Amino acid sequence: MSEPIITFDHVVKEYKTRGKGAAATRAVDDVSLTINRGDIFGIIGYSGAGKSTLVRLINALERPTSGSVNVMGTDITGLSEAKLRPIRQKIGMIFQQFNLFSTKTVAQNIAYPLQLDHWRKDYQDRRVAELLEFVGLSEHADKYPSQLSGGQKQRVGIARALATNPEILLADEATSALDPETTTEVLALLKRVNEEFGITIVLITHQMNVVQQIAGRVAVMSAGRVVESGDVYDVFAAPQQPVTKRFIATALSGLPEEERVERLHHEWSGRIVTVLIRQKDVSGSHGHTVGASGQNISGLIAKHGVESSLLYGGIDTVKGTAIGAITYEFSGPNVEPFLKELAQDSDVVDFGTAENPVDYAEAVSGYSSQTVTSEGAE
Amino acid sequence: MITLASSHSDWTVLRPLLFESIGQTLTMVLITLVVGGLLGLILGVILYGTRPGNLFENAVVYRILDVIVNIVRPIPFIIFLAAMQPLTIVVVGTSIGTVAAIFPMVVMCTFATSRLVEQNLVPVDPGMIEAARSMGASKLTIIRTVLIPEALAPLILAYAFLFIGVLDMSAMAGYIGGGGLGNFAIAYGYQKFDQTVTWTAVIIMIVLVQVVQGIANAIAKKLLKRQQ
Repeated sequence: MSEPIITFDHVVKEYKTRGKGAAATRAVDDVSLTINRGDIFGIIGYSGAGKSTLVRLINALERPTSGSVNVMGTDITGLSEAKLRPIRQKIGMIFQQFNLFSTKTVAQNIAYPLQLDHWRKDYQDRRVAELLEFVGLSEHADKYPSQLSGGQKQRVGIARALATNPEILLADEATSALDPETTTEVLALLKRVNEEFGITIVLITHQMNVVQQIAGRVAVMSAGRVVESGDVYDVFAAPQQPVTKRFIATALSGLPEEERVERLHHEWSGRIVTVLIRQKDVSGSHGHTVGASGQNISGLIAKHGVESSLLYGGIDTVKGTAIGAITYEFSGPNVEPFLKELAQDSDVVDFGTAENPVDYAEAVSGYSSQTVTSEGAE
Repeated sequence: MITLASSHSDWTVLRPLLFESIGQTLTMVLITLVVGGLLGLILGVILYGTRPGNLFENAVVYRILDVIVNIVRPIPFIIFLAAMQPLTIVVVGTSIGTVAAIFPMVVMCTFATSRLVEQNLVPVDPGMIEAARSMGASKLTIIRTVLIPEALAPLILAYAFLFIGVLDMSAMAGYIGGGGLGNFAIAYGYQKFDQTVTWTAVIIMIVLVQVVQGIANAIAKKLLKRQQ
């Protein structure tokens, strides 16, 4: 089941900077990574992290400076453009700006890769009809891309990328130009592509929620390097790198940002505490286990008789497991022993009281590696 | 003083001369447009393709071609015609007549076209070219099936613009015995003080330009409609 389909082996990609003697820019820095057949593999990173370059090494739109790239059992590192052609026909690609041919109709766009592959005209027509049906655009066959919405354009892009029955689909920020609702639709379509045809999907994105919605595995890129990779839930629940934590903070609903904590202190006099919620234990890929969190909170509140108000929070499901954070105001004489006991089995972020607030950064760093840190979104 | 009186115009003599002139002009313009236009398209694609970051990126080739085009294009055609004379004799065998005029016209037209083609290819979204590459299209296939079709509407307008430029060049062919409408207007109109003859030639040229521009506009409009 876990047969590698794409393998990066110590891949480096440098760009010469203009002017003599100027240092080369390293877009991809010593990346070794394996992507298995049938996976939906997310590569997440901020713009400039090198993820767009990395994905283009897979279909050799970019060539590595050193290291090697193996795709579907072939080392493509040194292949000529002519030898790459049959391999590229087995790798579909979709783009942030869709990149549809503006002077070709929807049907002509989808037929384009079939023409390149010299399909007979009647086979082309049948395949185009089939693909239009799959992406739900049959009635738009004769329209031009300019007449379509963003979501429809990306569906044409997907149909075009699937035309020659590829084994791999590369999605380069495929949903970044779409609104959240359309993003969900397109992601659902990609999920179908993966499930119905067994196509391996490599998904480049800067949006954590995109990875969270469909990816099984994820690699986090920063400054050209893969700083962390593994099962999405592992990485999500037990991030090791600051950049990963920052991404997760953007996606993990529930942890209040600094201004919100200040406002809560204004409005509530009691102890402001955020409890992280993890429905079950998670075994990390780094050989450790991250325990469930926040599962006994109601019992403890009753046991210690503290007064509690629910102020803020959010729970999300990642790969079928509930994960998130809930912020309470606790008051009453037993708050200290209650928090002590709660902290034994749960990750707790203590922001203190309005009279005696805890510095935000300090509060959030207190439980450090467990889940989200104070760095927040960019 | 403008004299529109045509008492000394003998149209029984002039008419066949006029038709011959129209024929010569059309021959010169069409051959130049087809040959120079095609060579210019190729040169323009090379200019575009060798630009930094493009399909055939080659800074040396681009810079050399760029300089040559920049040197040739601003030379006034009447001077270019004279300067090209030795080469024209080598290539055509003579420096006099319609064919002798066509050669320098083709050369100038090639350079003018190349720049227009290059400028109209630049705005084509590089994303479409990348998409085609990702599907395994060869570079020549991309030029033929993506680049040119995507820039077709502005290219057609560019060729209409060139038609006017080439018509302008053809008017100077008279200086080397190339005939044509320009020569007709000068020899039988201007030099014989016959405004009617001059204006006849002018009006025919205006009509020609209007027809060509009208057709080009209509086609470009139709093509652009699908992109907007």
